[in-house]
Amino acid sequence: MTASARPGWMEKPRPITQAGKALALATVVLLVCVPFLVIVSTSLASTDEVIANGGWVLWPTEPTLDAYRDILDGGIVTHALGVSAGVTIVGTLLSLACTVTLAYALSRPGVLGGRPVLLLILFTFLFPPGMIPSFLLVKELGLLDSYASLVLPVLVNVFNLVVLRGFFQGIPEELYEAARLDGAGDWRVLWSVVLPLSKAALAVVGLFYAVAYWNSWFYASLYLESDHWPLQQVLRTYVVAGSGLTDATTGEATITAPQTVQMAVLVIATVPILLVYPFLQKYFTKGVLTGAIKS
Amino acid sequence: MAVVRRKGFHGRSRTLFLLMLPGLAYFLLFHYGALVGNVIAFKEYVPFDGLWGSPWVGLANFQRMFEDGAFWASVLNTLWIAVLQLVFYFPVPLALALLLHTLTWSSVRRFVQSVAYLPHFISWVIVVALFQQVLGDTGLLNSALSGAGLHTVDIIGNPDAFKPLVVAQVIWKDAGWGTIIFLAALAQVDEQQYEAAAIDGAGPWRRFWHVTLPAIRPVIVLLLIMRLGDILSVGFEQMLLQRDAVGPEAAEIIDTFVYYQGIVGGDYGFAAAAGLFKGVIGALLVYAANKVAHRLGEQGVYK
Repeated sequence: MTASARPGWMEKPRPITQAGKALALATVVLLVCVPFLVIVSTSLASTDEVIANGGWVLWPTEPTLDAYRDILDGGIVTHALGVSAGVTIVGTLLSLACTVTLAYALSRPGVLGGRPVLLLILFTFLFPPGMIPSFLLVKELGLLDSYASLVLPVLVNVFNLVVLRGFFQGIPEELYEAARLDGAGDWRVLWSVVLPLSKAALAVVGLFYAVAYWNSWFYASLYLESDHWPLQQVLRTYVVAGSGLTDATTGEATITAPQTVQMAVLVIATVPILLVYPFLQKYFTKGVLTGAIKS
Repeated sequence: MAVVRRKGFHGRSRTLFLLMLPGLAYFLLFHYGALVGNVIAFKEYVPFDGLWGSPWVGLANFQRMFEDGAFWASVLNTLWIAVLQLVFYFPVPLALALLLHTLTWSSVRRFVQSVAYLPHFISWVIVVALFQQVLGDTGLLNSALSGAGLHTVDIIGNPDAFKPLVVAQVIWKDAGWGTIIFLAALAQVDEQQYEAAAIDGAGPWRRFWHVTLPAIRPVIVLLLIMRLGDILSVGFEQMLLQRDAVGPEAAEIIDTFVYYQGIVGGDYGFAAAAGLFKGVIGALLVYAANKVAHRLGEQGVYK
């Protein structure tokens, strides 16, 4: 255990204050963790045990993967999982590419129209176009029921753009000069000087995009037919709204899925976030974001 | 070709200009293109004629909107929820940040921070599902209560409990994440200021009052102003997910009103009018809030 780094001038804390703090912190940690524990445990329990216990289980007596086997057996959830993964990967790559190029161009002095373009983009922050016009636009562009409708309308995020632009601007001008003296063009400078120096910022922005694509369900409910839905929208329909899971082959609605299966879907939708979270977390501590938020 | 015509323009800037284009095209099409689509608010949408062919109706949609009791009910709900959040949510990240800041044990502090940030990255669908599991009829809380022989509480699906519930959900999801900006401000304070104050005999409370508070006051003011400017928006996804369970009287906000009138009801012109009304008022509020910030001598959201 690491020692406490209390400076010499600070009073020794009173035991009651210490206890109060510990209690508050434990409450915070439990409030976040217990709901996750409940869904994971319930998804691993047998249906009988869940029913006997009234709908949930805090610790399964005989853990089983039956619920996961059920939903990963090629049905609607398996398909939705594939859609979510595909949209997340392709969307993140496209978004990163467009955000990096735009942020880089706007971070260099003297690009034609740089200032007006920046103002144009920042204005969209103040005045978003609105749900109905955006919906009609996607419709008029013929993007209804295509996966592109989940990516193109949210391709570049202004916050992410500002974060990257700020980061690029923080790269010392001498490095640009040196690269230019070596005869590198702007494209080369971006690829072999700027990007390698910006790994932390790229990771944060990339993970932000990935999390946003993975968590997105509203656009899918607006634009896609139900057989193309990603996981979050499936989750919304079958777990939050409580409709019966539809059999993918016959199209017939079965009775409401058992609690264990519902919780398994919930877990599968959460796990990728939990997996990338430590990486995100690692970069927060490096202060990439706090620096950007201040600017 | 504007790119080549200007004098002193080498290949250097042309590459940059080209690099800018894909992102710029996105903003022009999906933001400004859609923005222009707001003309539908002044039209009667006929599916066959499309956005441009539909007939103009002047301000008829707006007039209908101003006379619609359901619209004003959604405005009231929005403001009411926003005020509740301001009172009950807003102080939580601040308090949590101050608590974390006083922790001298850095590994404990980092652990709690990691746990507390996590819910921010969980989708609203999952958050709502989690709350159902914990607070629902057959959830954790109610089975514990009935197991202890106590009365169960009706929270999920109860319109009367809806507003406290949504505030609790926002606290659960975002209070931890909200500490980041306060912690960043607190980290800016020079340790020597605390030391000097302590040597001069200032106890923990006086140090808090004279060193900590002045350091975070600009951030508090800035966040308050941003929230006030954005007061017409309260968690669209969160409300949409739960509106069916509790009914529009408890859960209809301006954004869900637009959704149900337009997307569900097909009354695009009317819905767009409500959306445009919200957009214009919202932009004016942000602008005004920013002016107030400058008047108070604080840094605004933009310069």
